[in-house]
Amino acid sequence: MKAYRSMVLVSSDPASIEQGANEVYQALQSEINAYGLENEISLTMVGDVGRHDAVPLVIVYPEAVIYGPVTKENVHHLVEEHLYKGRIASTLQAPIKELSGKIAWLNTRKGTLPAEQRIVLERAGIIDPESIDDYIIHDGYQALAKALTEMSPEEIFSTLEKSGLRGRGGAGFPTGTKWRFVYKSKSSKKYVICNADESEPGTFKDRLILEGDPHSIIEALAIAAYAVGADEGYLYIRGEYTIAQQRMKKAIQQAEEMGFLGENIFGTDFEFKLHVHSGAGAYICGEETALIESIEGKRGEPRARPPYPTTNGLWGKPTLVNNVETLANVPPIIRRGADWYQSFGPASSPGTKVYTIMGNVNQTGLIEVPMGITLREVIAIYAKGMKNGKPFKLAQTGGSSGSIIPAVLQDTPMDFDSFAKAGVALGSGALLICDEETCVVDLARVLLNFFRKESCGKCNPCRIGNQRAYEILTNVAEGTGTMQDLDDLMLLSENLYQLSNCGLGQTAGAPIRDILAHFRAEVEAHVRLKVCPTGICPMSGKRI
Amino acid sequence: MQGNDKDGALVKKAVHAAVEHFGSSQDELIPILNEINRTIGYIPGEAFDELSSLLRVPRSQLFSVASFYRMLSTKPRGKHVIQFCESAPCHVVGGREVWQAIKDFLKIEEDETTPDGHWTLVTTSCLGLCSVGPVMVVDEDIYGNVDPAQVANILEKYR
Repeated sequence: MKAYRSMVLVSSDPASIEQGANEVYQALQSEINAYGLENEISLTMVGDVGRHDAVPLVIVYPEAVIYGPVTKENVHHLVEEHLYKGRIASTLQAPIKELSGKIAWLNTRKGTLPAEQRIVLERAGIIDPESIDDYIIHDGYQALAKALTEMSPEEIFSTLEKSGLRGRGGAGFPTGTKWRFVYKSKSSKKYVICNADESEPGTFKDRLILEGDPHSIIEALAIAAYAVGADEGYLYIRGEYTIAQQRMKKAIQQAEEMGFLGENIFGTDFEFKLHVHSGAGAYICGEETALIESIEGKRGEPRARPPYPTTNGLWGKPTLVNNVETLANVPPIIRRGADWYQSFGPASSPGTKVYTIMGNVNQTGLIEVPMGITLREVIAIYAKGMKNGKPFKLAQTGGSSGSIIPAVLQDTPMDFDSFAKAGVALGSGALLICDEETCVVDLARVLLNFFRKESCGKCNPCRIGNQRAYEILTNVAEGTGTMQDLDDLMLLSENLYQLSNCGLGQTAGAPIRDILAHFRAEVEAHVRLKVCPTGICPMSGKRI
Repeated sequence: MQGNDKDGALVKKAVHAAVEHFGSSQDELIPILNEINRTIGYIPGEAFDELSSLLRVPRSQLFSVASFYRMLSTKPRGKHVIQFCESAPCHVVGGREVWQAIKDFLKIEEDETTPDGHWTLVTTSCLGLCSVGPVMVVDEDIYGNVDPAQVANILEKYR
């Protein structure tokens, strides 16, 4: 993302548009050009900023000054004073108001440009991923050297625990604690595994790390192996990621040649061997016990737990399984310390989070920002607003097993605890942002279609429940659903959660629960009125 | 179907090459199957027989593994395989219309092969290319931001 000195946001909710937000935007654009500032200042129409008393609002970062109501006549003064001369144009400021609820985010960001903060993507896109020298020049393998020569396993665990790093695969389990479990399991043979079976729809952060900075994962796995007492590791990369597999294999070879893998690493008696294992197209293999089964050459069906992989994992030995993004956080924490890491994001879930942004927005892509940013900020700032200025309706987080987040929750800070409190899930960091032309029944149907196909079929609640839920949703979309069907859906969702063996089935019902909780009226319109309010569903009158 | 008449010697050769490359242990089974699938285009019955005797693993077990994974096919496929992403991120940005356009062009449904054996149409879940959805993959070539109007042009290239 390009770096700007200032960022200017123009509100464009219906009230702002009516009061001339478009004209203000155009005037700002031509004034900024007139002063030759177009490469220093980003200008964005951001939709609803949550405040409607002095529209249109113009918000200028990094000072977070709110101007309003702004007219096209006073744009010249605003640009000259604030953006050119650097003084706040105080006569144009919006009336001071207790900022609460929706717009509170402006308060908390006061004086800071909510900039990207890259930790795990620090090198991706900057270094040559196929050159180990490039990695070493950018502080590569320093953390491994420090861990092996200066730190005991205990010091590594306590550093990770103190940093507050939590697993980034979706569940958010504290990483240091997991490592300690594996360390405590007594065995002469242990394994570490990097879960790079990134298959959660809408998630492509791990691919970027694997392709852009492969050595960081090797370094992290070596540190993990040293800490927990393992001497062998696997990188389980999904079959579709062929470039990532090639890069990783090359990186492993380079690391072996340089002595970062193999025997007597950094002159110690620590040895570590690393293999790349390709998946073959199965979503369920992202579940850690299914992944282990798959490495063993079997069908990727999750095991019953307990026992957990920390005691009985690969080939029955204690095994540490961590997600790519989690591991990518480890070397920087070891190198720079827990306190440094703690300084990003909220205290309960520190650090950064990589989000993938897609859907009906102006700019899709991938960002790494401190935990605790809100959806409204993501849409307004990084996604450059909704496409064609249409209203934001919902976001779907964490791929298919995430939550459907209605617009009313767009000011909830996105961190593990705040989201849990609001009854939604952060998941793997995918943000599918949908406008008002998205039908919730259609969306839920697509999500359930995914689960029905990806269910491994081992346990009945998941295999049958997802199929049945998909059929009922199809009927609703065809205009033949009944009110009884909606009750059945709710029951299925609950059964999936309560009775399924693994995370796939347990979260598969979430879209159903979410649409019935937040968009009940829209769903009922399909049933009672036989109308799809967005005109997306076929409504052909067929029934399965 | 034509594909079933795969030369037995060719299958045997592919199986042996894969086992030789990866080694004959159970944990290499999926890489081995992947490799056979890649060289032959699918995993024919003869390959299971051969593999079963080489690895000393029952044929049923091999088949149960092969049929579990989406990237492994136990049925012959067309000359060109079209994978279409049907996950939500592609769906909400116009994937539905593109999917319809592909089906209209090929006149087949999901998981079918055209009678001339030229095309096989399959859906796939997320390929991690969501920022450029809708996404379709023809053999190994990836197409992003696909528009229904472009479908015919893209596919004509593989005639």
